[in-house]
Amino acid sequence: MKTLRDAAIGATVKVKKLHGEGPTKRRIMDMGITKGVDIYVRKVAPLGDPIELTVRGYELSVRKADAELIEVE
Amino acid sequence: MEIKIALAGNPNSGKTTLFNNLTGSRQYVGNWPGVTVEKKEGKLKGHDDVIIQDLPGIYSLSPYTLEEVVSRTYLVNEKPDAIINIVDGTNIERNLYLTTQLLELNIPMVIALNMMDLVRKNGDKVDTAKLSSELGCEVIELSALKNEGADDVANKAIQLAQNKTIGNRPSILSGEVENAVKQIEGELSGIADDKFLSWSAIKVFERDSKELEKLHLASDKKKNIEDIIEACEKSMDDDSESIITNQRYTYITGVTDTAVKKGRAKGELSISDKIDKIVTNRILGLPIFALVMFLIYAIAMGGWSVSIGTAATDFTNDVIFGEWVPGFFDTILGALHVEEGTVLYGLIQDGIVAGVGAVIGFVPQMLVLFLLLAILEDIGYMARVAFVMDRIFRQFGLSGKSFVPCLVATGCGVPGVMASRTIENDRDRKLTVMTTTFMPCGAKLPIIGLIAGAIFGGSPWIAASAYFIGIGSIILSGIILKKFKAFAGEPAPFVMELPPYHVPSVVGVLRATWERGWSFIKRAGSVIVISSIIIWFLSAFGTVNGHFGLVDNLFEDETIVTDEYVQKLADRMDVEIDDVNAMDASLLASVGNVISPVFKPLGFGNWKPTVATITGLVAKEEVVGTFGVLYNYDDSDEELGEEGEQIWDRVAADYTTMGAFSFMVFNLLCAPCFAAIGAIKREMNNAKWTWAAIGYMTGWAYVLAFIFYNVGGLLTGEHGFGLGPILGIVLLAGLIYLLVRKGYQPDESAKSLTSVDANA
Repeated sequence: MKTLRDAAIGATVKVKKLHGEGPTKRRIMDMGITKGVDIYVRKVAPLGDPIELTVRGYELSVRKADAELIEVE
Repeated sequence: MEIKIALAGNPNSGKTTLFNNLTGSRQYVGNWPGVTVEKKEGKLKGHDDVIIQDLPGIYSLSPYTLEEVVSRTYLVNEKPDAIINIVDGTNIERNLYLTTQLLELNIPMVIALNMMDLVRKNGDKVDTAKLSSELGCEVIELSALKNEGADDVANKAIQLAQNKTIGNRPSILSGEVENAVKQIEGELSGIADDKFLSWSAIKVFERDSKELEKLHLASDKKKNIEDIIEACEKSMDDDSESIITNQRYTYITGVTDTAVKKGRAKGELSISDKIDKIVTNRILGLPIFALVMFLIYAIAMGGWSVSIGTAATDFTNDVIFGEWVPGFFDTILGALHVEEGTVLYGLIQDGIVAGVGAVIGFVPQMLVLFLLLAILEDIGYMARVAFVMDRIFRQFGLSGKSFVPCLVATGCGVPGVMASRTIENDRDRKLTVMTTTFMPCGAKLPIIGLIAGAIFGGSPWIAASAYFIGIGSIILSGIILKKFKAFAGEPAPFVMELPPYHVPSVVGVLRATWERGWSFIKRAGSVIVISSIIIWFLSAFGTVNGHFGLVDNLFEDETIVTDEYVQKLADRMDVEIDDVNAMDASLLASVGNVISPVFKPLGFGNWKPTVATITGLVAKEEVVGTFGVLYNYDDSDEELGEEGEQIWDRVAADYTTMGAFSFMVFNLLCAPCFAAIGAIKREMNNAKWTWAAIGYMTGWAYVLAFIFYNVGGLLTGEHGFGLGPILGIVLLAGLIYLLVRKGYQPDESAKSLTSVDANA
C-alpha cells in the first residue's frame, strides 16, 4: 500500500482511500482530503516532519504519522 | 424586536475584521459558559436592535472539537435570526464545505464572499450569481480589510431575518445516501425539532455522538436507523461519516467547476509561495526562525539600545511609578495632611500605588511584544513557527507554538503566559501556561545573583544551572503531565492550514495588540492589587509588646519597646539583640515563623527565607530587598545592590551550600509573582485550572528543591545518610517512574481532538 508519507517531494498524487477512524480521519477529510482529490506534496519542514501539501488550492501541513493514514495511487 | 445575527466562517477567513467593521468598538468579549473559547458579541453600527454574535473560526460542524461544538450548540439552541457565512474567496472550495453544513440548519443565511480584492488581483473569476443560484443563498462580495461591502452584507442579513427567508436548499447528497437520509428523516419525524429535521437526520446518519445523546432514541428506532446506515455503508464501502464528507466535497467541486475560474495555472507560484519557499526552506528555515525570534527578543525583552520594550518598562517602573506617581501622591497626601507613617499613607503608597505600579509596569513591554506577535500572526508567520518547530516540541507534548511563550518568559513571565494565546489546541495551551514561568525571568536574576555571590563565590555556573533547571522543568513537566488523563488523548492530529502571507493591516494589528493588553490590565489587575495590599498589610502591621499597629511607628515608642521585650523578640525570632528591628514584630514575620517548618526539609526552614519567599510573590526581585531588611542592612549611606552584595557574608553564614541552592531552586520554580498569577488566571479563565497550575508549580518546586538539598547534600557530603536522603531518592525514583511510565491511553475508538465538555 502506498501512502502519502511515501510520496516524493514535488509529486502530485491522487487519494485512493483514507484509513483510520474517528476524529483524526474526520479532521483530515474536513480539510478537503477526500477520495479522488489531487494532492501536491510541496515540501518537508526543516527538521524532516511535518510535510506541507497543496490541496484544493490551499496549503496544509500534516505530520508524517497522519500522512500514513492516507492511501494514494 | 431584537435581531440576532451569527457570524460563522473558517479560521483566517476575515471574520474578526468583518466583525469589527460591523460593530465598531461596541463589542463585548466574554467566554462561552464553562469553556475557554472566546465569545464576542456586539451591536451593529447604527442599529441598536441588531446583535452580531461572532462564532469561533471553524472548518466543520463535527462533534469533535471544542470550537465546533460551541458553534453548533449556539446555532441549534439559540436559533439566531440569520447567519452571515463569511467565505474566503481565495480558498473557496474548502470554505464552502462549512457552508454546506450551515445550509442544513434552515436558518436564513447570506454568504459574504470575502477577500474579493485579492481574488481580482489573482486574476480569479467568481460568478456570484451562479454561485448564489447553485447554493440557494444570497452571495455578496466583500473586502473586509478595505471595508467594502460590509453594509450590504449586514442589510441583506437583516432583511432575510425580518422576512424569515430561507432559500431553496440545494441537494448536496445524491443517490442511495439521499435515500438513506430521507428514510432516517421519516424515523425521526416527531422526535427531532421540525426545523432541524434534515440536520438531525444527517447527523444521525453520521452517528454523531452529540446528536444521538440529545435525541434519546428508543432502542427499536435505533435498530431501524442502524440498519439503514449499515446497508448504505456496505454498498458504498465506506463509513457513514466519510460518505457524507465525500458527498459534500463532490457537490462543492461541481459548484466551483462552473462558478469559479482560477486565473493562475495549476502549479504556478504566487508571491506568497515564493516567500514561503525561502522562509520554510529545508536549510534556511531554521536560521530564519532563529533570527526572527532573536529580533523579537531583542526588541521586546533584551537589554540593548534597540530594546524598546525593556526601556519602556524600566521607565514606567523606575520613573513613572518610582518617582512621578509616588511624588504626586506625596503632594496630594501632604496637602491633605496625611503624614508619612500613618495607616492611610502606607495603604495608598505602599499598598495601592505599589500594587498598581506592579501591574502597569509590565504593560509597555507587553504592548511592544503583543504588537510584534500580532504582526507575525497577521503576516502568517506564526503558522510557520509551528510548522518549523513541531518536530521538537511534540517530543515533550507541547505545540511548536510553545516556543514563543518560553522565549518571551526569559524576559518576563507575564507576557510569556499571555503569548500562549496563539496556541489553538486547548490542552497544549494549558500545558504551556502551566510550565512557561519555570523559565528564569528578568526579576529572578537578582535571586540567582544573591545566591551565586553569597555562597558560590559568584560562579557563572549557578546562573547556567538556573536556566538548565528552568528549561529542564518545562520539558520534564511536559512529558509527565501529558501522561495524565487531563492532558492526554492522542495529541491532536497536526492538520494545520498555512495561510498565504500578506501585508499586515495596521488597524487590525493595533487592535489585536490593544485588546490583549487591555484584557490583561482589566482581569489581572484586580488580583495583583488585592494581593499586594494583603502583603503590605501583613508586613506593615504587627503586635509590639501587646500593642497592635504599624510596627515602624510602635518601634519608635520607647515606652513600648522595652529592653525586656527586645530580648524576648530576639529569642523568639532567633536573632541577635542588636539585630532586632520592626520587621521582626510584623504579622508577616509571625506567618513566616509558622510556615517555616514546611521548608525545613528543603534546608532553609528559617522564618527569614520564608518571609522573603512570600514577598517574592509580589515581585521576585523583592526577595533580595526583603533579605536586605531582614539582615538589617542599613541603607542610609548606600542603597542595597541589586544582587544584595553588601549582605552576602551575613547570608552566607546562615546557609549550607545545598540549602542555599535549594532556596534558589524553590524560588525559581514555585508560584510566580502575582502579576504572572494574574496572567495565568486570565488565560485559564477558570479558578480550578488556575489553582491547579499554581499548585503544580509549587509542588514541582518543592520536590525538586527537596531532591537537590537531600540527595545533593548526600553526594557533596554535606549531611550523612538518613531519612531526608532516603525520601529524596524515593522522590527521584518517583519522578523517573512518572517520566517513563506508559501513561493514560485514550480509548482508540474515542480519539478526541480536544476535550469536548461544552455541554452540547
